[in-house]
Amino acid sequence: MTVIEEELSTYPGGEAHHEEQPKGLLLWLTSTDHKIIGKNYMYTSLVFFIIAGAMAMLIRTQLFAPNNHFVSPQTYNELFTIHGSMMLYLFAGPFAFGGFANYILPLQIGAPDMAFPRLNALSYWLYLTGGISMLLGFLTASGAAAFGWVSYAPLSSATNSPGAGPDLWIVSIMLVGFSGIFTAVNLVTTTIYLRAPGMTMFRLPIFVWNMLVTAILILIAFPVLTAALIMLYADRHLGTHIYSVAGGGMPVLWQNLFWFFGHPEVYILALPFFGIVTEVIPVFSRKPVFGYKGLVFSSLSIAGLSTGVWAHHMFTTGTVLLPFFSAMSLLIAVPTGIKIFTWIGTMWGGQVEYKAPMLFAVGFIVIFVMGGITGVLLASPPIDFATHDTYFVVAHFHQVLLGTTVFAGFAGFFYWYPKFTGRMYREGMAKIQFWLAFIGSFITFIPQYLLGLKGMPRRIAEYLPADHYTTLNQISTIGAYMMGLAFATWIVNIWISWRRPIPASGNPWDGHTLEWATDSPPSHHNFEKLPPVRSARPVWDMNHPEYADHKSSHSAENAKSEETR
Amino acid sequence: MELGIVRADKPSADVGTYEQLKRGLFSVRSRNIVGLALGATVLSACNVPTFGAFRGATTQGQNEFHLWQGFLVTAVFVAAITFGVLFYAVIRFRRRGDGIPRQSHSNVKWELIYTIVPVLIVIGLFAATFVSENQIDAVSSHPALRVTVVGFQWGWKFEYPGGVTVIPKGSVYPTLELPEGETTTIKLVSTDVVHGFYIPAFNFSRYALPGVTNYFDFTPTKIGQFSGKCSQFCGLYHAEMLFNVNVVSPGEFSSWLTSQQQKVTA
Repeated sequence: MTVIEEELSTYPGGEAHHEEQPKGLLLWLTSTDHKIIGKNYMYTSLVFFIIAGAMAMLIRTQLFAPNNHFVSPQTYNELFTIHGSMMLYLFAGPFAFGGFANYILPLQIGAPDMAFPRLNALSYWLYLTGGISMLLGFLTASGAAAFGWVSYAPLSSATNSPGAGPDLWIVSIMLVGFSGIFTAVNLVTTTIYLRAPGMTMFRLPIFVWNMLVTAILILIAFPVLTAALIMLYADRHLGTHIYSVAGGGMPVLWQNLFWFFGHPEVYILALPFFGIVTEVIPVFSRKPVFGYKGLVFSSLSIAGLSTGVWAHHMFTTGTVLLPFFSAMSLLIAVPTGIKIFTWIGTMWGGQVEYKAPMLFAVGFIVIFVMGGITGVLLASPPIDFATHDTYFVVAHFHQVLLGTTVFAGFAGFFYWYPKFTGRMYREGMAKIQFWLAFIGSFITFIPQYLLGLKGMPRRIAEYLPADHYTTLNQISTIGAYMMGLAFATWIVNIWISWRRPIPASGNPWDGHTLEWATDSPPSHHNFEKLPPVRSARPVWDMNHPEYADHKSSHSAENAKSEETR
Repeated sequence: MELGIVRADKPSADVGTYEQLKRGLFSVRSRNIVGLALGATVLSACNVPTFGAFRGATTQGQNEFHLWQGFLVTAVFVAAITFGVLFYAVIRFRRRGDGIPRQSHSNVKWELIYTIVPVLIVIGLFAATFVSENQIDAVSSHPALRVTVVGFQWGWKFEYPGGVTVIPKGSVYPTLELPEGETTTIKLVSTDVVHGFYIPAFNFSRYALPGVTNYFDFTPTKIGQFSGKCSQFCGLYHAEMLFNVNVVSPGEFSSWLTSQQQKVTA
């Protein structure tokens, strides 16, 4: 076996790309650089996160006491509708595949930019327009949409929900949907065509794999949602009767179409964050990913199964084949469980350092396992009959979504913050943020499970003293305020880092993947030079040649390729 | 007998029929082969905690409650193993010193274990679900009583035989009267948007869905008052779409119904 000398290869044409860039605001408005667009996405989605989080505080304040009149029922209905819609459509997805994927994916595969930079810019501007359209609903005479983020027909019809607010909601989701579709096209093309020499598919970082699978799921799910929304708009304004019984339509069709989007959507939101955690854990454990191929195949099987589980949201409609959807929904827990054990396997025998990104990653696993297990309960139709549309479900999906988008999201945020900004965040404050959010989340959601089991329906603006929901609701509200405090700490942390910067090096964490082979933040076209890619961890191989993956006998594929040389 | 494969006692001519499959599941369950999930389901209710849920005031609701207990026992078991392993790894492998650990990439034996064991658990959970849901979903062909429930914005209407209807009156929520120990078939419809007909103490809810008529059975086992709610968001006054359930003895029920029917004809 010959050992090839380690050498940095110069990126072809790397120097030639330094053309003049505009400065300041003009740069943010006109840039097609994936890093600028990625940051635009990230900042915008975090602003939406804070707005939607503030709405959650109002919702929890309303539920603090029985028969409370802190807000009116109409306002309450608008608040939970826009809270859910913003968190799901405007924060969770765009934060992941607009923010993280845009910024990190081209860097991790050694590409100078996305495949279609202008399409990328168009995606962002569609997203921003869509997001603002949704908020504009609050300024209309009849208020914002108030039919829940699922917008069930016929509650969403022109008769039951008149006014411009619901129309703005429909248009907003359509715009954001198109933005997602364009980004997905961009991500798939980039991953297939722009990989650096040597970056085979099975050397892609798991983050890139998960983004690829997510992008494919977006291409399956979002067009269905967009079509459903166009039909809803037509019912409202063009005189069609697709979802109305009176004209021969079928209201339950909306639920089928919506959840055919909606359940893949859950994995569209989760898979990118699984990818983030799979980047963070190996670096802070100083080990490679455990069971790489198992992770790839589990992502692929989650994607496959996720297109066949939508009707578990419809068990209580009496219109779906219960055993089939129950079996599929139970089965999807298996690949998700595999991921949990590969993360633990990655930590096993490692040197695990609990910096903020790793703390958030472990917090994610704990919360996600709880939310996942209660999800398995809900996959059983009889149990769903007893708990459907109660706070049990609310607690379940908040643990899943908060675990992924917020805990795994902040793991990624702090992990790549030095890369995005060239600065370090304050470690102590990030840890305070973690513990407040982690403990706060349990104080918020454990009582909600119990409330659901006591029969408290979701989306009710008021409850009666005789229901005996008061104490648990008060505990839950206090937990929510704790989480609010956690994110206030985060804003202060970012403020301090902005005012009193501590510069970060190109590779502050001893990272494994190519984004750590360039400056922080990277120059205009990302790389001056690339290390040779001979495993899934090219930067680790370069920095620790004695432990390099391509020399280890554990990696059968690489051993083989060495022999053929 | 192979694990996880549903086999009937006697693979005879009617292999593959629905009844055969059901019987097969029962036989598997009685031998406690499929695994812990089913084993837990057949445990008597008194040894296992309720985990915060209602015990169920109908035979259907009790059936669900036992399934819930089985699932919860499995859930606690799975959570204990997962968290045990996770917290062990978190504490045991925290960074001490600057060494580089052994760079292990995979371990096929463990990867197979953590793939196959969950599949077996899921098969067990599915088998228990399948048995339970067929019993809960069964609709009697000759029930003692048929009641039509109509959901509307924002209230409920209960229609009994003989033209008896119960509707909300002012601020008084309507009461659904049911006879104890007898099977009532509910026919559920909606006149406007989607509502959720939900009786927490019965461990049951079903959508009142425009364009769809749903049928389901209640066989109450407990005399008493229970609260009912709308679980599916239906617009402005969703939270106030409440009703009561009053389960009485069959004798009391028939005298109530007769008196109501006389009021209608009078």
